[in-house]
Amino acid sequence: MRIVVCVKQVPGTHDAKIDPETKRIIREGIKVVINPFDTYAIEAAVQIKEKIGGEVIVLSMGPSRAVTVLREGITVGADRGILLSDRAFGGSDTWATSYALSRAIETIGDVDLVICGKQAIDGDTAQVGPGIAAHLSWPQATYVMDIADINSGSLTAQRMHEDGWDLCLVKLPAVITVVKDINQPRVPTLKGRLAAEKQEIPIWKAADIEADPELLGLNGSPTRVVKTNPPQGRTKKSVVLDGPVEQSVRRLVQELRQRSLV
Amino acid sequence: MLTNNAEAREEYRDVWVVAEVLAGEIQKVTYELLGAARGLAEARGSEVWCVVLGNRISSQIDALFHGGADVALVVDDPSFMNFVDEDQATVLTRLIRTHKPEVVLCGATTRGRALIPRVAVDANCGLTADCTGLSIDPENGDLLQTRPAFGGNILATIRCSNHRPQMATVRPRVMNELPVDTSRTGRVITETLEAGEAGGLKQILKVFQDSENSVNLADARFIIAGGRGLKGADGFKMLKDLAERVHGAVGASRAAVDSGWVPYYHQVGQTGQTVQATVYFACGISGQIQHLVGMQSCDFIIAVDRNPDTPLMQLADVAVVGDLFEIIPQLIKEISRT
Ligand SMILES: Cc1cc2nc3c(=O)[nH]c(=O)nc-3n(C[C@H](O)[C@H](O)[C@H](O)COP(=O)(O)OP(=O)(O)OC[C@H]3O[C@@H](n4cnc5c(N)ncnc54)[C@H](O)[C@@H]3O)c2cc1C
Ligand SMILES: Nc1ncnc2c1ncn2[C@@H]1O[C@H](COP(=O)(O)O)[C@@H](O)[C@H]1O
Repeated sequence: MRIVVCVKQVPGTHDAKIDPETKRIIREGIKVVINPFDTYAIEAAVQIKEKIGGEVIVLSMGPSRAVTVLREGITVGADRGILLSDRAFGGSDTWATSYALSRAIETIGDVDLVICGKQAIDGDTAQVGPGIAAHLSWPQATYVMDIADINSGSLTAQRMHEDGWDLCLVKLPAVITVVKDINQPRVPTLKGRLAAEKQEIPIWKAADIEADPELLGLNGSPTRVVKTNPPQGRTKKSVVLDGPVEQSVRRLVQELRQRSLV
Repeated sequence: MLTNNAEAREEYRDVWVVAEVLAGEIQKVTYELLGAARGLAEARGSEVWCVVLGNRISSQIDALFHGGADVALVVDDPSFMNFVDEDQATVLTRLIRTHKPEVVLCGATTRGRALIPRVAVDANCGLTADCTGLSIDPENGDLLQTRPAFGGNILATIRCSNHRPQMATVRPRVMNELPVDTSRTGRVITETLEAGEAGGLKQILKVFQDSENSVNLADARFIIAGGRGLKGADGFKMLKDLAERVHGAVGASRAAVDSGWVPYYHQVGQTGQTVQATVYFACGISGQIQHLVGMQSCDFIIAVDRNPDTPLMQLADVAVVGDLFEIIPQLIKEISRT
């Protein structure tokens, strides 16, 4: 079984602080990390490999520093990594991103399964997984919380919904996106780290994946961000209730009643 | 493949809402989207269409008209009993090609977010996820789509001038339903599934509706959330009691979920759900950044903590300092008194 895991490099939120004026997160000087949902995708792939054999390839599209997230993937069990990096990919929206990733998957060849995270924490769109599936005309299973069974021809996945879940049988090749419930990602080992450091990570350009330049980057992106604004900050003055319990609670109920909330 | 169809934009008209059908019932988010669609269509002098892919839904069609639809485009087929995204995407893409809508709106639910990106690729058009604001340029029909990005730190406005239709998803509870108008009527257009459109790529083996445990936090108006400060599952019983009294849903921090006190469905934050409730009531949650990104756009935030200096206490509109094991029971008592 050949499995491709799509991983994205995103700004980390670990050491961010709140701006006291606007009450919003300060993002300056934050380092980049692997999209947290993608760590579950890698673990899912490695577990399948351990169970039925095969190869796990981590794939990312991004600037050259994104090789670090691929190395992280290799550290925890992926066999190799491929980075798509080219000016031509710049400014891609989810349409163009999923097109480029689908071209890379076709170029890798003989892929049985693609695993993505449920969403990336920077864009939060959850569109790239289904987008890849559409470009490849493959079936998909999104919000997968458990892989009940997998063999060379099909996969049985438990999909999470707001109101419960369903169990679906999908023909391979397919694309799945996974949620945090699916597993507990393993802790990196020293041996894994060393293996990852040694690896050469090939960088593929647009020409390497035989992509139509019209469909890449800004050209291939139907959507345009036309402006960005800071959201309206919380200008309301905060109320701090630090007196005796009865008094605080009475005041709190008052606040709620004023807004007809209770 | 990605055909820029800006020249043909005149051919595209009307605002579509893709209905969310769950266990045979058209969901509330559909009516909220109809409310939003009405405003857009009126600005353009066009119609609101509601597309329903479902099974035995005829009894609910009038409600769509009462909620703002002018046309119900219905494909009623037993294969739509369950959610087979590939087949639904194929049919929806065909309907879009045939009828040429200018705008397509869909709920940003687990099903909507699985279905609509496939359609966007197949129909060669742009898609903006989780819009919080929608307006339309009355002259050229460009949809101005506003959405939070980077965990709510900026609001981006997105336009998609050269491709029709323009598609957007919207989370439940973001838009407002119109008042029900039982005098409104509309046209029904019935289409059928064509040969080959049920592709057989996916088979649904089992469906489990978990009404006991499932919480649709995205849908909740009032969220009572608990963290490590609750000390255990018993603490969550207390929260549930409070939640029931205010018709709210229970949310949780990752620390509480990881400790096994509540199921993952309840988790709010970066690796949980993003919520936009009217009230977010946090008890014993310190408010680490991964939690805040999931709840900071709620309208009114209340925090209870014995430490007044936590990030969440700083962010809150009302910060109650004290022991939550005294405050919550007292609050339940106070609310039930009247
Ligand atoms: C990649 C990644 C993703 C993450 N994703 C998420 C996520 O999606 N959601 C999430 O929530 N977290 C997430 N986290 C974890 C996050 O960093 C915090 O660890 C977590 O939110 C802390 O939970 P907490 O606030 O309940 O616990 P704590 O930080 O321990 O806070 C408990 C609070 O309770 C108060 N308290 C204790 N006892 C009482 C009492 N008797 N009365 C009143 N107050 C009391 C304390 O003063 C304290 O402020 C993530 C972390 C990482 C690294
Ligand atoms: N640039 C990228 N490179 C590799 N994978 C990506 C990229 N963007 C998105 N993905 C994958 O698609 C998932 C969903 O991302 P998104 O649609 O941006 O929310 C992520 O969890 C990744 O698995």
